[in-house]
Amino acid sequence: MKSARSILGLLGLALLTACAGEYPQSSIAPTTDFADTIHGLYVTIFWWTMVILAVVWVILAYILVKYRERPDSPKPKQIHGHLGMEIAWTIGPALIVVAIAIPTIQAVFATQQVPEDSLVVEVIGHQYWWEFRYPENGGVITANELHVPVGTPVSLRLHSDDVIHSFWVPQLGGKRDANPLRQVPEGQDLKYNWIHFTAQENGTFMGQCAEFCGDSHSLMGMRVIVESQEEFDAWLADLTAGHPQTVTQSQALNAVPTEAGTGASLPGPALQEAASQEEAPAEDPAIAEGRNLFLANCSACHAINGVSEAGQIAPNLTLLGRRSSIAAGMLENNVDNLVRWISDPQSVKPGALMPGLEYQGGRPPVVWPAFNLTPDQVRTVANYLYSLR
Amino acid sequence: MSVTTAPTPATSPETHHEATGLWSWITTVDHKRIGIMYFVTSLFFLGVGGIEALIIRLQLFSPENQLISAQLYNQLFTMHGTTMIFLVAMPQAVAFFNYIVPLQIGARDVAFPRLNALSYWIYLFGAIYLNVSWFVGAAPNTSWVGYANLTSTQFSPGLNVDFWVLGLSILGVSSIMGGVNFITTIINLRAPGMKLMRMPLFTWMTFVTSFLLVTALPVIAVALILLAFDRFFATNFFVASAGGDPVLWQHLFWIFGHPEVYILVLPAFGVISDVIPAFSRKPLFGYPVVVYAGVLIGFIGWGVWSHHMFTSGLGPIADSFFVASTMIIAIPTGVKIFNWMATMWGGALRFTTAMMFAVGLVALFTVGGLSGIMHSSAPVDLQQHDSYFVVAHFHYVIVGGILLGMFSGVYYWFPKVTGRLLSEKLGKLHFWTTIIGFNLTFFPMHFSGMYGMPRRTWTYQAELNVEIYNQLSTVGAFFLGASTLLLLWNIWKSLKSGEKAGHNPWGAPTLEWSIPSPPHHYNFPELPEVRSREPLWHDDEKAAIEAVTLKEPVTEPEMPNPSFWPIIVALGTTVTWALVMTGKWWAPLLGLAFTAVGIYGWAFEDPFKKKAAH
Repeated sequence: MKSARSILGLLGLALLTACAGEYPQSSIAPTTDFADTIHGLYVTIFWWTMVILAVVWVILAYILVKYRERPDSPKPKQIHGHLGMEIAWTIGPALIVVAIAIPTIQAVFATQQVPEDSLVVEVIGHQYWWEFRYPENGGVITANELHVPVGTPVSLRLHSDDVIHSFWVPQLGGKRDANPLRQVPEGQDLKYNWIHFTAQENGTFMGQCAEFCGDSHSLMGMRVIVESQEEFDAWLADLTAGHPQTVTQSQALNAVPTEAGTGASLPGPALQEAASQEEAPAEDPAIAEGRNLFLANCSACHAINGVSEAGQIAPNLTLLGRRSSIAAGMLENNVDNLVRWISDPQSVKPGALMPGLEYQGGRPPVVWPAFNLTPDQVRTVANYLYSLR
Repeated sequence: MSVTTAPTPATSPETHHEATGLWSWITTVDHKRIGIMYFVTSLFFLGVGGIEALIIRLQLFSPENQLISAQLYNQLFTMHGTTMIFLVAMPQAVAFFNYIVPLQIGARDVAFPRLNALSYWIYLFGAIYLNVSWFVGAAPNTSWVGYANLTSTQFSPGLNVDFWVLGLSILGVSSIMGGVNFITTIINLRAPGMKLMRMPLFTWMTFVTSFLLVTALPVIAVALILLAFDRFFATNFFVASAGGDPVLWQHLFWIFGHPEVYILVLPAFGVISDVIPAFSRKPLFGYPVVVYAGVLIGFIGWGVWSHHMFTSGLGPIADSFFVASTMIIAIPTGVKIFNWMATMWGGALRFTTAMMFAVGLVALFTVGGLSGIMHSSAPVDLQQHDSYFVVAHFHYVIVGGILLGMFSGVYYWFPKVTGRLLSEKLGKLHFWTTIIGFNLTFFPMHFSGMYGMPRRTWTYQAELNVEIYNQLSTVGAFFLGASTLLLLWNIWKSLKSGEKAGHNPWGAPTLEWSIPSPPHHYNFPELPEVRSREPLWHDDEKAAIEAVTLKEPVTEPEMPNPSFWPIIVALGTTVTWALVMTGKWWAPLLGLAFTAVGIYGWAFEDPFKKKAAH
């Protein structure tokens, strides 16, 4: 009895607490109000189930020992039932169920309530990467690494561009599906799914797609960077400005107001700082070459703010050098990995739409032709992309 | 139709069925032989699904493993799930329905013996068709739930989903016919005095399950046909960009899918509701309550489907409804657990292998039931849904509930089927290795899920730090696989040299134990009269029953003739569906023509035609 209790206790500890650092995708290390609500409910239910399990197992163990047949066992008394017992073990569990159901239904409503004045971020699932748009901030776009400010209510507006995906960053809270938007008759609203949370801690949190979405479902990761409001604002401003060093100094300066004019909340200091940094050294010719190669080979699908915004079907690469990972959280962000990804994306992410130098293994996923680039040119492009900070 | 009308003097004892050879099995309409064929086939596919699982576990042994490709992995996990549900768990239950139910109710066969054969052959051909996909390199790859719109031609252009849609359609036909057959059998063919409330629990659960089969399978049939139209005729039921609704698929699938869970688990509950009293030497505690709990589970099982869809975005009102209904269904399930325990309480428990598996079910199904309570809470489910925590949960239900229940049934009824006992020594080894392997495989999955590993993932990142749990699971899976070989070895060995069983080796109370082991092909020389729920536990009733069930008949009861038309119709049905794949409108008509020939032959065949010297 005593040892059973201590075993249950140990089990309970392991299933209830997890050091977040050790388990970066832990669902039991909440860092938002949303995740907290879920976790509190989980802990309550966990202990109820442990009580039930203990009751069943202890009684069962007692029965198995006490009533095993012995040579001198008499014929057991032929009991057919007992109404009182039946009522007892119907009512007992029913009461526990009610005790669980009440806080559950409260939480169901509480977690789906739309907060006032929240920062809306549009989350779009793609095979196999994530797109994040900030419609209230000029519609600026990034991919695979979501930035949100700490302490501010955030509302994620989820949908998908192809098949169903599911947004799951466990430390921020539960998952919700990103469904493809259903075409509706005029006058009706599109149906989005929402996740609302207020982050309570700064940090970088890992997540990934949780609804099977095709060949590389397992490789559709993401990071969420929770940072202070100031850091967030600066990042947003830099993202909006993009990398206008593509053109001459004066053109770049001219470009700034146009870019900022599209609605960034903080056009000022960050941009000026960016501009002044570019003023000092003359641009590295290798970077310029990389940019030209990008424009010639990549820009049909990828956008870089301030360089080329035509490509909309693949991840926006603005500030790529700042990201900690590439290929939707699958590779550490460095030049070598960028080279690998550009040369042979299928080896990193089977079924990805990125063409690569030539198809190696697997089935060719798309009709698009392979990149017409030499390995040296790939490295030049990678160096350029990595320089986007 | 009925084969249990009063025995007519027709055939002489020498002509009865102990005909052997392949042809006699192909043309058999005997429920016992069909039951054996169901069992052997499902055991074969248990091996197939098991090997698929082992390859999956090898791939997940270490993070970022490249042992097999993502494409192959996705086919493997899809086929593992599809195989285990449709080709193993359901037919294994049907194997027991076939063999045991007529014996338990005192019938000579099922109501529609040829239809029964047809069900089997369609199951076999459907299973073969589904697995042919491996040999053309296009096994289904969109998971056993096949969520739209991933299954659309736009995102799954290959043959993979075609095989899945058409294969499941074929299998569904088999299940629906089986359901109709057992409902009719149980309603119409009970022996005198076998009132509904005297039926053994296994027959009762078969009855409930059969109703679920004929009501739930048509729902997935509708879903599959809509999907087939989307794929072959360019309709847009599930295509969002054209105004279709992928979430509709989820509703249809789970309106079938949740009753399906009870289709799988109720037969196992039925098995142990017979096994536990037999080895406790006590009647089932609260018989009517256990029956009603089973019926209630069958009913409420229809109102819980959206608990599989808490993440789909149904809104707080729908979420709350399905939270409540799901929690309510836990109550009758708990009542069953308590009644099983109360049956054992005060009994004289004999720990045969069958009993140990039954007790194992009570202990371990409870674990799966309780993790089910956790994700009945919608907000909690938002974390656990589609993670390995859920994989752990439903394997505790399916392996800890269904498989243990079925193993219990194998050890319990093997002597009835073969006349020989399985080795208890090997059986106990099988039991303990199963329990260890099972827990080692699936318990760690609670942790990998809690720490953020989603299901249906070909690999996982080393940073998640879930490698150790995956390694434990992999080791456990091989242990579990090896333990199943022990069962096969036991069956093989006992068939040849097992101890002779006699007609009632366990001293069990129900009617199937009143006839010789193995039974004559006509089961009962004369129909016994039943006066209670435990007829063989009342000395006077037992004497009266065995006086008629154990005697040699003067003239044998007339039994239906063998027929090869069922296999022809089954082949035609399968070919019809399979030819839909060609995309040619006329191709399925060839299969239909073939089927029509079969139906014509069937219709004009006299099932009781006097046999020539055979």
